[in-house]
Amino acid sequence: MATETAQHVAMTLTDHLPVLQVLVPFVAAPLVVVLGSRQLAWPVAFISSALAFVVSILLLMQVIDGGTISYHIGGWAPPLGIEYRIDAANAFVLLLVTGISTVVLPYARQSVQADIPDRHHTLFYACYLLCLTGLLGVAATGDAFNVFVFLEISSLSTYVLIAQGSYKDKRALTAAYDYLIMGTIGATFFVIGLGFLYMATGTLNMADIAERIADQGSSRTVRAAFAFIVVGIGLKVAVYPLHTWLPNAYTYAPSAVTSFLAATATKVAIYVMLRFMFSVFQPAFMFEVNTLEYIILPFAVVAMFAASFIAIFQSDFKRMLAYSSVAQIGYILLGIAFLSETGLAAAISHLFNHGITKAALFMGVGALALRTGGSFYDRIAGMGRVMPFTSAAIVIGGLSLIGVPGTAGFVSKWLLVEAALEKGWWPVALLIVASSLLAVIYVWRVIEALYLHKPAYEVTAKEVSLWMLGPIWIMALSCIYFGLATDITLTAARSAAAGLLAGTIGLH
Amino acid sequence: METNTAIILTMLIPAGSVVTNILFRNSPNLRDGLTLTAAVATFLTVLSILATVGNGTTEPMVLFEVFPGIDLAFNVEPLGLLFAIVASGLWIVTHLYGIGYMRGNNESDHARFFACFSAAISAVMGIAFSANMFTLFLFYELLTVTTYPLVAHKGTPEAIKGARTYLGILIGTSIGLQLVAVIWTYQITGTLDFTKGGILEGHIAGPMVAVLLALYAFGIGKAALMPFHRWLPAAMVAPTPVSALLHAVAVVKAGVFTMLKVGIYIFGIDFLAETGASVWLMWLAAFTIIAASIVAMTKDNLKARLAYSTVSQLSYITLGMALATSMGVLGGGMHIAMHAAGKITLFMCAGSIYVATHKTNISQMTGLGRAMPITFVAFLVGALSIIGLPPLGGSWSKWLLIVGAADTGQWVLIGVLMVSSLLNVAYLLPIVGRGFFLAGDEAHAKIAEAPLLCWLPAATTALGCIILFFYASDIQEFLSPLVADS
Amino acid sequence: MTWEFFVGHLNYWLFTVLMMTGLYIVVAKGNLVKKIVGLNMFQTSVFMLYISVGKVTGGTAPIFPVDMKIDPDVIYSNPLPHVLILTAIVVGVATTALGLALIVRIREEFNTIEEDDIVVIEQKLARDENELYHKAMGDLA
Repeated sequence: MATETAQHVAMTLTDHLPVLQVLVPFVAAPLVVVLGSRQLAWPVAFISSALAFVVSILLLMQVIDGGTISYHIGGWAPPLGIEYRIDAANAFVLLLVTGISTVVLPYARQSVQADIPDRHHTLFYACYLLCLTGLLGVAATGDAFNVFVFLEISSLSTYVLIAQGSYKDKRALTAAYDYLIMGTIGATFFVIGLGFLYMATGTLNMADIAERIADQGSSRTVRAAFAFIVVGIGLKVAVYPLHTWLPNAYTYAPSAVTSFLAATATKVAIYVMLRFMFSVFQPAFMFEVNTLEYIILPFAVVAMFAASFIAIFQSDFKRMLAYSSVAQIGYILLGIAFLSETGLAAAISHLFNHGITKAALFMGVGALALRTGGSFYDRIAGMGRVMPFTSAAIVIGGLSLIGVPGTAGFVSKWLLVEAALEKGWWPVALLIVASSLLAVIYVWRVIEALYLHKPAYEVTAKEVSLWMLGPIWIMALSCIYFGLATDITLTAARSAAAGLLAGTIGLH
Repeated sequence: METNTAIILTMLIPAGSVVTNILFRNSPNLRDGLTLTAAVATFLTVLSILATVGNGTTEPMVLFEVFPGIDLAFNVEPLGLLFAIVASGLWIVTHLYGIGYMRGNNESDHARFFACFSAAISAVMGIAFSANMFTLFLFYELLTVTTYPLVAHKGTPEAIKGARTYLGILIGTSIGLQLVAVIWTYQITGTLDFTKGGILEGHIAGPMVAVLLALYAFGIGKAALMPFHRWLPAAMVAPTPVSALLHAVAVVKAGVFTMLKVGIYIFGIDFLAETGASVWLMWLAAFTIIAASIVAMTKDNLKARLAYSTVSQLSYITLGMALATSMGVLGGGMHIAMHAAGKITLFMCAGSIYVATHKTNISQMTGLGRAMPITFVAFLVGALSIIGLPPLGGSWSKWLLIVGAADTGQWVLIGVLMVSSLLNVAYLLPIVGRGFFLAGDEAHAKIAEAPLLCWLPAATTALGCIILFFYASDIQEFLSPLVADS
Repeated sequence: MTWEFFVGHLNYWLFTVLMMTGLYIVVAKGNLVKKIVGLNMFQTSVFMLYISVGKVTGGTAPIFPVDMKIDPDVIYSNPLPHVLILTAIVVGVATTALGLALIVRIREEFNTIEEDDIVVIEQKLARDENELYHKAMGDLA
């Protein structure tokens, strides 16, 4: 076996950006543990998250109009070496993840103090950084097995993070355990699928696999691989029948964790699904298989309605938001199932818009829970007066969830309906707006509880501090901002969609 | 001042008033005075636009691009300017009335009330000056959201229930139907800009035109076309200044204004006439006119009766658009102003009666006319305008509508308009009659006229109904570019 | 389904049987530790799958001779799946450790590690919550 000598090309910091994106939080995690100081844990976490955010902006600026960056880890050229491949689709996801992380961390500073005993804080932030690393790695990499590795890094730290909610409610432990079992099964399915792919193509580099599948055509092995991969990732995405871990996990985890995860974890998993479906398996194969139209579309529609209905009947705000997330993921899957550029752009922009909306809402409910001791509707009744800023932010987030024009949620809903009408699928367009109306009902329950009901208990609460209000309002204002100034999100989404549909994204 | 600046100011001034209401919530006179100043300022700004632009149409001013081909943009055109004048002018009147009502009735949360009021007016200005369907839709939804707290203001279980119906129907129709219509329009034409003569010609044909029109007509829930009219009576749980606002100024007029804009600038009157797509709408509007009037006759609660009267009157305007003739459109546009003046008078009188006597049912109001003469005379004037008798303004718009109906050869519709006037007499005049000509309880003798801030605005708008009669031809002249061949 | 086909694909049969057994245990067994055991079996089956496909017929261990004189005629088995599996094993170990740690904490909090008992406890908690909070909401909910 010949070893390839890597050419010594002088590389600047900008060239190393793709790997820095993952390395910064990756190094910061053990740094936090080594430093061992509770005071330093948060600053280190925040700084590394902020740095990662800057890196993601720089990366997005480079690829927003359709280029690709290919970075060879260690100088080893693919397909033998591991490659990080950045294009509009994953740069956008990287931006979302790092952005959410940086905004949630100031919020976490306060909420973690309330939710978790002091002695665990250092390890909490270490795990948080590991989770961030994992998510970023999944998004940045161009090697299929690398996806699995980072996916498991992020998942394992997620299980730990969720279990931290046990100091408030012991059901967090069983929620974490259930998620562990289901998540591991999902990841293992993914690995099985990967194994079949490797057997069929002999390589692990995603671009290379795509080429070889394109050459060979589809065989039963490849189809089996597709099935396993889609189901495995589908579990992480919380596709309708595989979503049962989500409500408990989101409800019982500490608020900072839920805010972070709800906005990022499922979104990254959707990105992986998109990447495999379009870049690796190619749209041509997909049209052959017709999986999307006959399996994902019905499941997406069922998710949109069933989960929304369940959300309406919840009496816990946090749990309602969790079910609402399942429904919103249904929208994203619906956009993917359209298999058109508008549909994919709708899905990708909803990925972003829903992320910022849910971050705002979960942070809001966390603030309410902090002050009132719970998130049930009756506990938070009347908080509209006592905590006006938090409640106002929740209203904005709620309006974005419904999809009122002027908010981010509207933009993606618009694209979804447009995509449906483009394909002439009238019933689907009507289903989309009908489920938005369901969202009106469950959001309005919250608004009524906050503003129109008297507090049921003696209220000694007051507004939360700026550490928490700041991030909540940053997210709420971004919901409005990205609802009106849609330039960045739409350009990125359309570039990404065009690239994904073209199939061999940036392939040589 | 420069027109584009003026347009932005008409939205910013009320928005600023929201802030002052919150900031000065504990100093009632300062707070209400500032809001009054804002109302006057907004009206003057709109008048300045009138002075500069007259009944011309300006170039759209683009704020920013939201989707490719769709911007947040504003411009001035005759119908919108008329709507803005009506809305901003009546805001002054309603605000004065609102001060009187809220203080006279000892209502709670004045600051929140006036803040939401101002926010709603800001949204109305946005609707009036929108240059494309997207901008209009955005402010339309904003109007729903900002008026919800007003409807739910009292916080009682009835208020919450009424507010739910209000929101449910309005958002249900706008997201469920109107949004689909808007996206469909964009998808087939690539634009949503309001263009004289419509943008749909050539892109859509056959029964699809009627389907699209149906999506718009039912989607514009604020126009209270049956069967999506239930929100209007449900919203009566709100304090009366809100009902005056909803039924004369903001919400309902925004609804029929949108209906007219869609008819004139999205479909195009000629296109509608050619394809005959609006014939079904004519009949539905006619049905609503009659049915709502009949229901109004059965209501003993004064505000409920007025609510159904509004449902009926709104369909006059919808009918005007559906007739797809120039007289019909002009009549509809003029009716925006005429009905606004008349209905706001009626509602303010109803509210004055409530403030003075705490009575809400007509059967309880016998003989009150003698105790509250100004209120009841104002009510009479408003009623006559709604009925459509000269020398009140309402007669002109009704006349134009009848001519428009004659133009289409639909004699039945003329009959409908006539019958509706008779029904209006039947449900409005008895109230006045009871008040003046029947003997009431002794208790009524002790009742005095409503506070100054309540009867004066009502009297003013009653006077307005009379004055509008004489300016009706000017209004028709003003609106004529809408239907002229350019 | 000929005998050759069956024997020729023995590794796949093994993989399938182990995978299904593991999954069955995860689903059917109520004891939390047993679920972890099932999960391990499930993961192990995947390891077997990968390793078995790495074997090249007639191939020897993929290790170069000490003197680095590489004979071009020697066939080596594919080392890559082994590398992948090492990673996967590590992941599996971490997952098992984490799962067991969670079980320890669950035992501390719930006093049981049987799924059925835990479900009963949780349902009671949920019922209590609903009682408490539904009363206050009245029928405006």
